[in-house]
Amino acid sequence: MDFTLSDEQIMFAETARTLLGDTCNSEHWRKLMEQDSAFDPARWAALVENGFTLLMLPESAGGLGLAELDMALIAQEAGYVALPEPLAESAGVAMPMLAALAPEHPLLADPAAIVAPAPAINPVVAAADQARAILIERDGHAWLAPREAVTLVAAPTIDPLRRVFRIEWNPATAEDLGPADWGLAYDRAALFAAAQGLGMAQRSVDLAVAYAKDRTQFGKPIGSYQAVKHHLASAQVAIEFARPVVLAAAAGIGAQDVYSRARVSHAKIVALEAADLAARSAIQVHGGMGYSWEVDVHLFLKRTLALTHAWGTPAHHRGRVAERLFTRTAGPDQTFAREARHA
Amino acid sequence: MDLTYTPEQQAFRAEVRAWLEAHVPAQPLEHFDANRAGFEAHRQWEATLKSGDWGMVTWPREYGGRGVDLIQWLIFEEEYYRAGAPGRVNQNGIFLLGPTLMEFGTPEQKQRFLPPMAAGEEIWAQAWSEPQAGSDLAGIRATAQRDGDDYVLNGHKIWSSRGAFADWAFGLFREPGSERHKGTSLIFFRLDQPGVTRNPIRKINGHPGFAEIVLEDVRVPAFNRLGEEGQGWHICMATAGFERGLMLRSPARYQVAAARLADLWQARKAGADPVLEADVVRAFMNAEAYALSIYQTASRLIAGARIGPEASTNKIFWSELDIHLHRTALAILGAEAELLPDPARIAAGDPDWLDDYIFSLAGPVYAGSNEIQRNIIAERMLGLPR
Repeated sequence: MDFTLSDEQIMFAETARTLLGDTCNSEHWRKLMEQDSAFDPARWAALVENGFTLLMLPESAGGLGLAELDMALIAQEAGYVALPEPLAESAGVAMPMLAALAPEHPLLADPAAIVAPAPAINPVVAAADQARAILIERDGHAWLAPREAVTLVAAPTIDPLRRVFRIEWNPATAEDLGPADWGLAYDRAALFAAAQGLGMAQRSVDLAVAYAKDRTQFGKPIGSYQAVKHHLASAQVAIEFARPVVLAAAAGIGAQDVYSRARVSHAKIVALEAADLAARSAIQVHGGMGYSWEVDVHLFLKRTLALTHAWGTPAHHRGRVAERLFTRTAGPDQTFAREARHA
Repeated sequence: MDLTYTPEQQAFRAEVRAWLEAHVPAQPLEHFDANRAGFEAHRQWEATLKSGDWGMVTWPREYGGRGVDLIQWLIFEEEYYRAGAPGRVNQNGIFLLGPTLMEFGTPEQKQRFLPPMAAGEEIWAQAWSEPQAGSDLAGIRATAQRDGDDYVLNGHKIWSSRGAFADWAFGLFREPGSERHKGTSLIFFRLDQPGVTRNPIRKINGHPGFAEIVLEDVRVPAFNRLGEEGQGWHICMATAGFERGLMLRSPARYQVAAARLADLWQARKAGADPVLEADVVRAFMNAEAYALSIYQTASRLIAGARIGPEASTNKIFWSELDIHLHRTALAILGAEAELLPDPARIAAGDPDWLDDYIFSLAGPVYAGSNEIQRNIIAERMLGLPR
C-alpha cells in the first residue's frame, strides 16, 4: 500500500506545468479569442514534441506505454490552464482505443494527429474541426470516419476556448473497427475530465487568492477578511478531498468492475463540483471584476459547465456509485475491496 | 502508487479481526461519558486491549505498542470499527498526548506516562480552553508559578473532554506576567489531587461529557512539564496537528456509519422521500473520500513528510460529513426521527442515529472551531494575509 506518486510522475507533471504555463496563459487565451479560434498550432506542436500525445500509446505503436494515472496528472495541468486543445480526449481516449482496435493504423504513426471521440452519451463532439478522423460509437462498435467524410455542424458554446459540433456521417464512408471497449473509453474520459476539474478548481482558487491579496477595501486587502477567506478555504477543502479520489480512480481504472467504475464516477462528480464551487467563489471574491470578461475566471466557470455534463451527467455517475453501494458490501475494510478480493 | 495490501498487511488484518471477534463485548458498553460505571467499563476494555498488545499499535513495544506503521494503524482502526468495539475512552491520551509525548518527551517521561496510557491505567482529559480563551487560545490566564522543582498551578479550565471522570489532564499554563503565545508551558496534573475541583457540565444529550476544572495552588513536579519551559504553545500546536490531521477521527468510523445508512435506506426507502437516495450515496462518497485522503496522508508521512496546515481540511471535512450523514438518517426516519430509540434495540447493536446526530453537531466546534480551521487554511495554505 503506497499512495504516493513516483518522482518520474511528479517530474513529468512539472514539465507539463511549465510548458503549459508558458504557452497557455492569459495572453494566449486573449489572443485566441481575438482570432475567434480554439486551437493554437504552435502549442499543439510543443505538446507533441514533448511526447504528451504518445503518453498512453503502447510502446509497440511508438508510444510511451504509460498508464491512466500518468495521463491524469497531465490532464490536471491541462485543466489548470483551461487548455483549448483536445489533449485528453484525443491522446487519452481516442488514440488508445484506436491502438487497441487497429494497431497498424497509419494515424498512429503521426503523433500530431488528432482523433475526436464521438461517444453515444455526448450530444456533441469536441474539437472535431481539428481532427483527422472521428471515432464514433455505434451499437458497441467503433467506426473511424475521416473528417472530410463527416459533416460538422458547429454548435455554438458558451466556452470561448472550446469548439463542439454535431456530426452527420455515413457508414459507407467510414471504417468499422469492430466491437470496442467503450466502457473503458468512457471511464478514461470521465477520469480525465475529473483530473481537469481538479486543475481548474485550483486555478480558480489561485486567481482569487492573488486578487484578494491585491485588492484593498476599508484600508486592508480583502483577503484579510474572514468572509473572503472562508469562501476560498471551503473551495480548497473540496479540492483536497477530490484529489485522492481522482488518483485512486486512476490507479484502479484497469479493473473495469463495479468498484473501479464507482470510483471513477465518484471522482468525476466531486472534482467537477470542486471546480464549480471554486469558480463561483472566485467570481464572488473578485466582486464586479469577477463578472467582467476582462478577468479570466469565467473561462474556468464555463469549462467546468461543459465537463460537468460531458461523458455522463452527475446523475449518471451517481447511479454508478449507487450500484456499487447497494449491490456490494460497504464498510471500512472495503475501501480497496477489489484489490483485497483478487489478492 | 500501489493501492494493494501486502501479504503482511493482510495477515495483520486477519490477526486483528480474529482477536476482536474473540474479545469485543457482545453487548455495547454504556457510554463512557454517561456515568462512572460506563467510564470504568471502558477502562476495563482498555486493559483487555492491552492484554493483547492492542492498546496503541503504532507505539514501540517498550511503551506498550507493536511498532507498526500508519497503514497498519488504519487497518487496525478499520477492523476496530467494523467489529463495533467500544469507543476509546483514553483518546485524549493515546491519540493526542501520546504522539506529542513521543516527539517532545524525555526518555523518563515516555517511560513514566506511555505504558499506563496504553493500558488504560491512567486516562487523560485535556485542559486547554478557559472561560475567556476558546478560539483565542493564546488568551489563557491559568498560571504555572515555578517554585524550586515544582510548579504551582492556578486557574480555571473548561470544556475539558473526559474531565468528569479521567485520572489526569494535560493543560496549557503561563508564567505569571507573560503575554499571549510567550511564556506558556504544557503541564500534566492529576485530577484527584488537592486543589483540583472539577464540575461536570451536561452536554445537550444530558451526559456529563466534559467538565470545568478549577485549580487552586495545585503543586506538581517540574517533571510533569512536556518540552522546554515557555515552549507550550509550539507543543500545543503540534498536538492539535495530530488531532485535526490524522488520529482523532478514523475514516473507519464514517465508513461504518455510511454502510449502516445504506442499510437504513434499503429498509425504509419504500416510505421515504426518493431524493434522499442521493444523500445516502453522498454520505458514502464522503466517507470514501476521507478514507482515501487519510491513506494518502499516511503514505506521505511514512515517506518522511510532516503534517502541515492541510490537517485543518481534514477536520472540516469529517465534521461536516458527519452532520450530513446523520441528518440524512433522521430524514429517512421522518416523523419517527424525534423518538428516543428502544434501549433494547441499541443494546442489540442498532445504530443510535439520534444520539449520534446530536454528537455530530459538536464536530465543527471542538478541536478548534471550523471557522478557525478555515482561517488556518486561508492563511497557511493559501497565503492570504492575517
